[in-house]
Amino acid sequence: MIQIQQLTGGYDGKPVVKDLSFSIEKGKITGIIGPNGSGKTTLMKMINGMLSPQSGEILIKGIPVSSYSAKDLARIIAVLPQHAESSFDFTVREVVALGRYPFYKGLLKQSSPKDEEMVQRSMEFTGVQHFAEKSIQSLSGGERQRVLLAKALAQEPEILLLDEPTNHLDLSYQMKLMDLLKDWVQGCQLTVVAILHDLNIASLYCDQVLLLDGGKEKAIGKPGDIMDSNLLEGVYDTKLSRQEHPQKPKPLIALVPAEREEQKKIEDIKLQASNESMVFRSPYFLKTMSSALIGGGFGWANTFVNRHVDRNYNCDDAHSEYEAYLRSLPVNPNETVGMMTAARLEDAGVVSIEKEGIKLLAAATSGTSNAVDAAQSWQRKAGSVAVGTINIWLFLEGQLTDEAFVQAMMTATEAKASALRDYEIKDPISGTMATGTSTDSLCIASTQQGKRMSYAGTITPMGKAIGHAVYQTVGKAIENYRKRMPRS
Amino acid sequence: MQKPSIRKYTKSKIIVSYTAVLLLLGLAIALGISVGSIPIPLFHVVQILGAKLFHYPVPASIDSSIVNIVMEIRFPRVILAMLVGCSLALAGTAFQGLLKNPLADPYTLGVSSGSALGAVAVLFFGIQLPVLGNFTLPVVSIITGFLTLVGVIYFARLVQRSLAVETIILAGILSSSFIGALTSLLIALTGDELRQIIGWLLGSVSMRGWPYVQLITPFLAAGLIILLASARELNALSFGRQDARSIGVDVKKHTSLVLFGASLLTGSAVAVSGTIGFVGLVIPHMARMIWGVDHRHLLPLSTILGGVFLVLVDLIARTIISPTELPIGVLTAIIGSPIFAVIFIRYRRRKVTT
Repeated sequence: MIQIQQLTGGYDGKPVVKDLSFSIEKGKITGIIGPNGSGKTTLMKMINGMLSPQSGEILIKGIPVSSYSAKDLARIIAVLPQHAESSFDFTVREVVALGRYPFYKGLLKQSSPKDEEMVQRSMEFTGVQHFAEKSIQSLSGGERQRVLLAKALAQEPEILLLDEPTNHLDLSYQMKLMDLLKDWVQGCQLTVVAILHDLNIASLYCDQVLLLDGGKEKAIGKPGDIMDSNLLEGVYDTKLSRQEHPQKPKPLIALVPAEREEQKKIEDIKLQASNESMVFRSPYFLKTMSSALIGGGFGWANTFVNRHVDRNYNCDDAHSEYEAYLRSLPVNPNETVGMMTAARLEDAGVVSIEKEGIKLLAAATSGTSNAVDAAQSWQRKAGSVAVGTINIWLFLEGQLTDEAFVQAMMTATEAKASALRDYEIKDPISGTMATGTSTDSLCIASTQQGKRMSYAGTITPMGKAIGHAVYQTVGKAIENYRKRMPRS
Repeated sequence: MQKPSIRKYTKSKIIVSYTAVLLLLGLAIALGISVGSIPIPLFHVVQILGAKLFHYPVPASIDSSIVNIVMEIRFPRVILAMLVGCSLALAGTAFQGLLKNPLADPYTLGVSSGSALGAVAVLFFGIQLPVLGNFTLPVVSIITGFLTLVGVIYFARLVQRSLAVETIILAGILSSSFIGALTSLLIALTGDELRQIIGWLLGSVSMRGWPYVQLITPFLAAGLIILLASARELNALSFGRQDARSIGVDVKKHTSLVLFGASLLTGSAVAVSGTIGFVGLVIPHMARMIWGVDHRHLLPLSTILGGVFLVLVDLIARTIISPTELPIGVLTAIIGSPIFAVIFIRYRRRKVTT
């Protein structure tokens, strides 16, 4: 649809866009991103024929832009400007009707019934027909943007150029506008080229992203390839972090504020224990990955609660009940990882390790009356749950990647299974060695400061420390339990 | 079901608007002829005009001197006032649309001063160009007005590329004072008849007669046609040049056309009546409030309304302190300046709040 070949152009003889070559396919959304002054708007103006290139060529449907008349070009390309203001009170219908300008025929530029119909249809499409007779100046920013979109639609364009279309809109309008565009692209084979400031909008909606830096192409490709932390950090000169969208197969870019961080030490985590609960309080937030009832998955927390409940505890909505319990402590549930156990808290094992530059704190509570061999658990009937849980807490100093978290979790689980084997805990149903209980939980919390660790497998110093600490704490907890209750 | 009824409503609204404003014009003309040092009954005015228009004899009951006053003094004067009003209002509407500037008007832009300089030069040096003959005066006025306009816009663009409302008006004021000074210098050098020249500069439609009506008519017609042909483009241009370009408007062509058409109107109006300010400011504003912003109707409607306005203002100017006549430009300035202030305040307020 659009081919750009060795394009160079700018103002007053100074090139702003330098030697760009790329092409845009029909029926796709192409996003142009880049810092201020990287030539986004200049490029857009050249595509639109507003600015002539200094060298190189822009072909629209195979024909150079410069050989189109303004009217012919307007029948192919419509522009949604950042803001269009008139000093006069046009009605919405009048503004939308301006989009039909390239279709009027003859010296008097008479409108045809088809023109009227297109105006009506585009107003309906963007949902502005209810205020068709209202003045454009009485509308809110979002409504005005929709009116301008209706005007662009009335042009029946094949290509739509947008200059930061979501700039002045609140969140819901941004999404609505982009959803509307996506619909239209899919339904009518429209080609959209948009300058976007918001990297996440670009990632979510674009089929292709062009990253400009200093007027040159830095990268072009699918959002998944362009939204790379290192690439973007280099261009924007800001700390960024890539995350995967929780619901869509698209990357998200998270900004990382630059702030002076206090030294985070494991020693500063304080344990308060009673018969009812074990609470670890930290003066700072730790990044957590856990299977806990409260704050499960990845998150950030500064309070870690292991709560003792009666063995007959039964609640339909345990999550809400637990939150209410935390608030009564008082603890903010949103900053907390919370687990439950029927095991006695005084049996808990706590171990801290400091060697080879690794510092960690591990704690565990064990109730083993419900021990299960994971390999044999298929023999169990559904719902036959007895009480007994092993909860493990690990606090680490270091900067762990997501994959290191997963490896830490594997290492800890293996160490737990090993401890159960050495203490000869058996699965009462299969009679084989147990690997855990049916309701075990694990929480790994890391300061995300200091040494960067990409791995926490059993061969790494961190993995070794985790394995050692978990084995010891689980063992201690089992020993304490046995001491109090001699083996029957 | 709702759609056709709306369209019907707007269509009938348009017919009503044109009918009303034309009736108003007829009434203003009749009143303008009827009122004066010798009052002439409205009925007689209608009888005389009807007789002259359709070439049948004037009823014998009407004194022939009355017929003379009507046909040779009052009627041409009223028609001239009307044509000047039409021209200025039309030019003002076009300037405002083109420059997206609610404060633009031939006077505030300095075009009137430019035209006046040309006219003063022609009148007091007694220049007459070959071929043009009597049309030397309006043609020179138009040319000097056009050059001033181009100068003002060029200067304003040097100051600020975006051509903000205030910048253009400041540039207009600057050129007005400069050109006004040149005009004064010219008058001072020629020496005599100072009072008469100043009276002319302040704007007047008295004692001009039919020749002046003939002088302005072709230019008004040409200006009206040129501007009406750019009405849709003016709608587009009031959102800015880039926006107009992106919907397919040939911006350069229509900008030149509109500037040329509006200069024709301003130059010829100044040539026959001197500088009458604020008509092109007040009338488009009123017209927009009544009929909306669509230039396809705004242009003709404000043209007619401008005619009505100036006929009535002229009526007041010559009767309010009779037997002395107030220069009509004084009165339009007295009415126009406060309105300018009000428009300016409202414009700024709205800009701040949005």
